[in-house]
Amino acid sequence: MDFNLTEDRQMLSDTLTRFLSAQYPVGHRNQVAYEAPYHDPDLWDQMAELGVLYALVPEAAGGFGGTGFDISVVFEALGRALCPEPVLGAVMAARLLGAAGEDAAPLMIGASKFAVALSELDAPYDFADIATTASAQGAGHGLSGRKSIVYGGQVTDVLLVSAMLNGQVALFEVRAGDASVTGYGMMDGGGAAEVLLDDTPARLLIPDAAEALQDAVNAGIVALCAEAVGAMDVIHAMTVEYLKQRKQFGVPIGKFQVLQHRAVDMLTEIEQARSITIKAAADLGGGDATRFASMAKNMIGRAARLVAEEAIQMHGGIAMTWDYSASHYAKRLVMLDAQLGDTDYHLSRVMAGYVSE
Amino acid sequence: MDLRYSDKELTFQEEVRGFLSQNLPGHIADAVRSGGELTKAIMEDWHAILHAQGWLATTWPTEFGGPGWTPVQRHIFEEECCRAYAPRIVPFGLNMLGPVLQTFGSAAQQAHYLPRILDGTDWWCQGYSEPGAGSDLASLKTRAERDGDHWVINGQKTWTTLGQHADWIFCLCRTDPDAKQQAGISFILVDLDTPGIDMRPIRLIEGGHEVNEVFFTDVRVPIENLVGEENKGWTIAKFLLTHERTGIAGVGFSIQALEEVKALARKQRRGGRPLIEDPLFAARIAQVEIDLEAMKITNLRMLFKAQQQGGPGPETSILKIKGTVIHQELKDLARRALGPAAAPFPGHVSDGNLTFGPPDTAQNAARYFNNRKTSIFGGSNEIQRNIVTKTMLEL
Repeated sequence: MDFNLTEDRQMLSDTLTRFLSAQYPVGHRNQVAYEAPYHDPDLWDQMAELGVLYALVPEAAGGFGGTGFDISVVFEALGRALCPEPVLGAVMAARLLGAAGEDAAPLMIGASKFAVALSELDAPYDFADIATTASAQGAGHGLSGRKSIVYGGQVTDVLLVSAMLNGQVALFEVRAGDASVTGYGMMDGGGAAEVLLDDTPARLLIPDAAEALQDAVNAGIVALCAEAVGAMDVIHAMTVEYLKQRKQFGVPIGKFQVLQHRAVDMLTEIEQARSITIKAAADLGGGDATRFASMAKNMIGRAARLVAEEAIQMHGGIAMTWDYSASHYAKRLVMLDAQLGDTDYHLSRVMAGYVSE
Repeated sequence: MDLRYSDKELTFQEEVRGFLSQNLPGHIADAVRSGGELTKAIMEDWHAILHAQGWLATTWPTEFGGPGWTPVQRHIFEEECCRAYAPRIVPFGLNMLGPVLQTFGSAAQQAHYLPRILDGTDWWCQGYSEPGAGSDLASLKTRAERDGDHWVINGQKTWTTLGQHADWIFCLCRTDPDAKQQAGISFILVDLDTPGIDMRPIRLIEGGHEVNEVFFTDVRVPIENLVGEENKGWTIAKFLLTHERTGIAGVGFSIQALEEVKALARKQRRGGRPLIEDPLFAARIAQVEIDLEAMKITNLRMLFKAQQQGGPGPETSILKIKGTVIHQELKDLARRALGPAAAPFPGHVSDGNLTFGPPDTAQNAARYFNNRKTSIFGGSNEIQRNIVTKTMLEL
């Protein structure tokens, strides 16, 4: 048993944290996060040079990481900086390319950006419940349907798209230029896109992709959970600092027990969230990975919303303002619940296991 | 990062499992599983079995007869004991007074009392709380006055757990009424056979006799029964409270309780199907299972930290807060799963053969009520929040 990071991962964490605090300060972050294209190409290239993308790719696919802990280390740092870059797509694409036996080099060196297009408006979480279809078209396939809220889709080069083929969920590669992609910014910063497919040419990567998609989703969940833990640490520290500084009735408001206990409850939930994220990261790729990913996403959803709402409340009016950065952390923490399955969805996944247990 | 036990720890786990399957008597495990009160004989028998194995005083250094285990080994042992339905070891002598004497006691006190704790000669109980001093322990009023070679004790202690079985009590007494609250307190050992002591049962919410109140009227105690320095008892009290908090997350008990709830919800039927297929009930179970899964890791993280730092830190307060709430929730589900069949009052059903639910569920309502104590004792969860506020948030 060892809860310390390995030296390599500690170094990666330190390097990325230093880079983000120097290159991605909050002012620049907000500019990138809320202005098209919701992405900074120069900083993306620099992040790739630091080896961040390599760390997300399993060794079997030519990377030097790709385990749950590699992913969580990177995303905790991204979460602390509230970085809106489309790294989640890279994590999930790395798994899918690996499963398909595809070359991950363009992803790792940062030359091509990948977005994973699974969600549809009527099927936001269950990747098997989709309406997009594939049909044979010459040597390749044509896809038809609408993929929704594709994170990173606004700047992507390659789309990895799920579609029904012969009654199974299959995975296809679509060049972004071949589809109708409409990008937009998000409430919590960063960008996404609607992808309209109308017999759009596609290359079949995995005919029966359920297992590979589940693995990619599990990896994405570890990433989101770790991102939330990083962001929660920051907003909790800001809140505690504010409790020390803001005075009411002649004393710091941190002297009021009602606020002290709420700040402790936030911390307790953050520690629990950190623990379940560690568990999901440790089991990624293993037999119980899906179950623990669901547990983690459920707990993170509950904790992140609590922490965000309590931070706003305890700050009083100030965290309601655009200019105070806690507000942006709070938005990210609340909105990431709706990525890759929310609290209720994952609770029902855990429950579903009880009948078969 | 590695969540697995080492090979050595896994071997130890096997050893503990083997020992329990060989040495934990069936009637004792049955008594624990039934959830009722344990007899003194059962607790003493289990104490003796562990003593014979050298696995009794798990927190003691080897020079005093401890097994020399790491925090992780202790955790494995406790978890396996829970899984096997072994009785919880009565902690007052072993885990509370023992470490106090080892840290603050004289050589003579160590030589006299420690072996008697181990071999079961002396059953200890705790004289801390008073009617006007609970989590605010420093406001205690029980008075010990010097009279020649004796302390003369007058006052009242309460919530004395299993005091009805005890031979001795360790007490916090006020020895200097003029000093500031914490400064005038001393830690004194009292033989319960001394004249002037009256131990009376307190009947608890579920009807059980687990705690007592103890009245002291001119109780004369030899001066050598003082532990540590006069008026320095608060240092010992604080030391002891951290010891009381370790293991307080009760993860092992919650794991066991979760399995029981799931098994029960499979057997109980509602609307023509097993209760576990009722989405609302299943959601309640799933919620607490997720919290418990996180708690397991939180517990290991703190163990790891304790092992690296050489002792538990203030984070144990977080374990206590969350661990007790999870356990209480599971006890609520065990009661709720029975529906109205949880209501018949054990001992008040004229036909003792009549049952209302699966085996070992007759006490489910009683256990639910009894376990409301866990968020109150050992420093209430509110006090734990105060501790975290001061030590971790530094507010």
